[in-house]
Amino acid sequence: MKPELMTAAGSIAQMERYVAAGADAVLIGEPRYGARLPGAIPEDQLKEAVSRAHELGAKAYVAVNKLLRNHELSGLPGYLRAVREAGADAIVFGDPAVLLNVKEAAPGLPLHWNAEMTGTNSAAASYWARKGATRAVLARELNEEEIASFKASVQMEVQVQVHGMTNIYHSQRNLLQSYMEHLGREARLLDLGPAEGLFLVESERPDERLPVYEDENGTHVMSADDICLLEAIPELLSAGVDSLYVEPLLKSDAYNETALQGYRKAVDAWSADPSAYEFDEGALEAIRALQDPRRELSFGFLYKEQVY
Amino acid sequence: MSSANIETAGRARRPLRRHRLDKPELLAPAGSLEKLKFAVHYGADAVYIGGQKYGLRSNADNFSFEEMREGVAFAAQYGAKVFVATNIYAHQEDLEGIADYLKQLEAAGIAAIIAADPAIVEIAMREAPGLEVHLSTQQSTMNWQAVRFWKEEGLPRVVLARETSLEEIREMKSNVDIELEVFIHGAMCSSVSGRCVLSNHFTDRDSNRGGCCQSCRWMYDLHLDASPTADAGDNPFTMGSKDLCMIQHIPDLIDAGVDSFKIEGRMKSIHYVASVVNAYRQAIDAYMADPEGYHLRPEWVSEIGKAANRPLNTGFFYSTPGAGEHIYEPEEKPAPYDFAAVVTDYDTASGIATIQQRSPFRPGMEVEFIGPGGRSFHQTLGELENDLGQKVDVARHPLQTIRLRTEKPVFPLDIMRKKML
Repeated sequence: MKPELMTAAGSIAQMERYVAAGADAVLIGEPRYGARLPGAIPEDQLKEAVSRAHELGAKAYVAVNKLLRNHELSGLPGYLRAVREAGADAIVFGDPAVLLNVKEAAPGLPLHWNAEMTGTNSAAASYWARKGATRAVLARELNEEEIASFKASVQMEVQVQVHGMTNIYHSQRNLLQSYMEHLGREARLLDLGPAEGLFLVESERPDERLPVYEDENGTHVMSADDICLLEAIPELLSAGVDSLYVEPLLKSDAYNETALQGYRKAVDAWSADPSAYEFDEGALEAIRALQDPRRELSFGFLYKEQVY
Repeated sequence: MSSANIETAGRARRPLRRHRLDKPELLAPAGSLEKLKFAVHYGADAVYIGGQKYGLRSNADNFSFEEMREGVAFAAQYGAKVFVATNIYAHQEDLEGIADYLKQLEAAGIAAIIAADPAIVEIAMREAPGLEVHLSTQQSTMNWQAVRFWKEEGLPRVVLARETSLEEIREMKSNVDIELEVFIHGAMCSSVSGRCVLSNHFTDRDSNRGGCCQSCRWMYDLHLDASPTADAGDNPFTMGSKDLCMIQHIPDLIDAGVDSFKIEGRMKSIHYVASVVNAYRQAIDAYMADPEGYHLRPEWVSEIGKAANRPLNTGFFYSTPGAGEHIYEPEEKPAPYDFAAVVTDYDTASGIATIQQRSPFRPGMEVEFIGPGGRSFHQTLGELENDLGQKVDVARHPLQTIRLRTEKPVFPLDIMRKKML
């Protein structure tokens, strides 16, 4: 099986652009059940969105990856039925409450397990596989050796983020509103949802800008750097990684298209003939040309050894 | 003090054995064997500790298996239990060895582990069936169906996410027959527990394996459209939360059906653990003995105030925390009182106490003695003698033995504290 190139889309139009740029699969949804999406495709447009993806030859996954509260449970069976009726190829979940609801309301709907930064080992992934998950989304804080060992130890697909920013802190508090209130400012200065131009700078790291935003799910702090694993594609694919995810959050459509095109070419070339594969510096240059100069393109944790 | 002394002291003042879940359990942190003894002696029904591996306080003075056995034996004299936090999210390299480790915990008499990673949950249930598995708050369980999922997996207890409100706890309790454990006091992650890798990004320290360096409490500038939102003189942005304190709301928690009241703080001092446990023990006992006649006693609140070093709040129990629940001012004031000495012996005939120094004190100093159950009295220190019977102008040596006259009887493991200047 050729590895999948995946991204997320906040509208049907965006989905079309990203598929045209090379995405094989697109994650969609709305903040009612999904976390940190680039935009909302509401329940009544799900069918149209999934059909459009399928027409274009792409898969559509729906994000049901929030940590849920009691009051959010009652709408879940209806939403899951709508997702299945729309023909979605899988849902992405983190909260075990979703498993119970899928079993009752939408049995057979494929499940991708995504526990964000806590998806760190193969034994936990296998545990969720026995509950029905067919794919594990790996924590971004794993290194290459850990990714390879993880994949070698599970009987399920694994998905790794290869590009873009990562979520590094999630609170259910409204930290920005609270701070504005503390300063005596109007909280209306802040828009809900991912917003350009809003960032944190830690006092001893003046060169690092951490994007931050607030939405109905709380406060989200994002990484100061963008992962870029284009040069590591052969290693990841040799390790058997099944899906490569490009995070489109807080980037322009043009930027995301360029990134997707670069990974598309790399995946195609390696899959056609690994031994003849050569890294295409031009693809990386094209990304660099659109990269915000204040955000480093980095290998993330791929070559890091963490301590504790 | 040698641990043998503490053990003897424990036997001498053995309280009635408590039956689990007759009333809610008071669960206290114990960062060391000595802290365990104080926590249990001051009224904890159970303590949680860290072992050498798989816990989230890699900097704490964690227990060896030998110390665990000693702690379990000490706690058993009071009818108290010992839990071990194995609450990391494991990486591949951590998986090997978990089963052996859990079997050793079981053999040491540990009653339960507190685990978040399903890998550890599963290995424990298979390999060490004598251990109860309690689902850690790091799994961020905040709805009743997730609670039901873990119940169906065979877990007897879930430690809820700190985002859960009292109303939500009541709903969980009415929908699922399972023990619910809730943090009622101490420091809190402002993130959803486990959903923070600030430390990993800033310092390459893995927060979910015990490397958290509390980056949420660092200072940040918040920029909006490339301009700072704060003016000169404004406090910077932080993510730091005030500490949780529910001493004024014990009836609400008991009525909501909370089975275990958990105090945070394996890194906190003996004085902190003893004071906080002492206050909550009295509040819980008073309410259970007479719910109708219960009233909050101001001593409990002031007792906690003497050990606390951060401003306090009620977290998510009543509403989502706002501006008033976060710390923007420069923080980390020391607690207003400090641990000066522990009582090791008291001679009723002469009224002379033997104490062991924990921080310097001198004649003329105002001190307070405290003991379990809220016993306390203030006095001005008179003459001090060392173990050779010589007068001492300042008790300056750590762990030094001192004899002095106390104005009222004292008991082993009573604490002498002094007001910080």
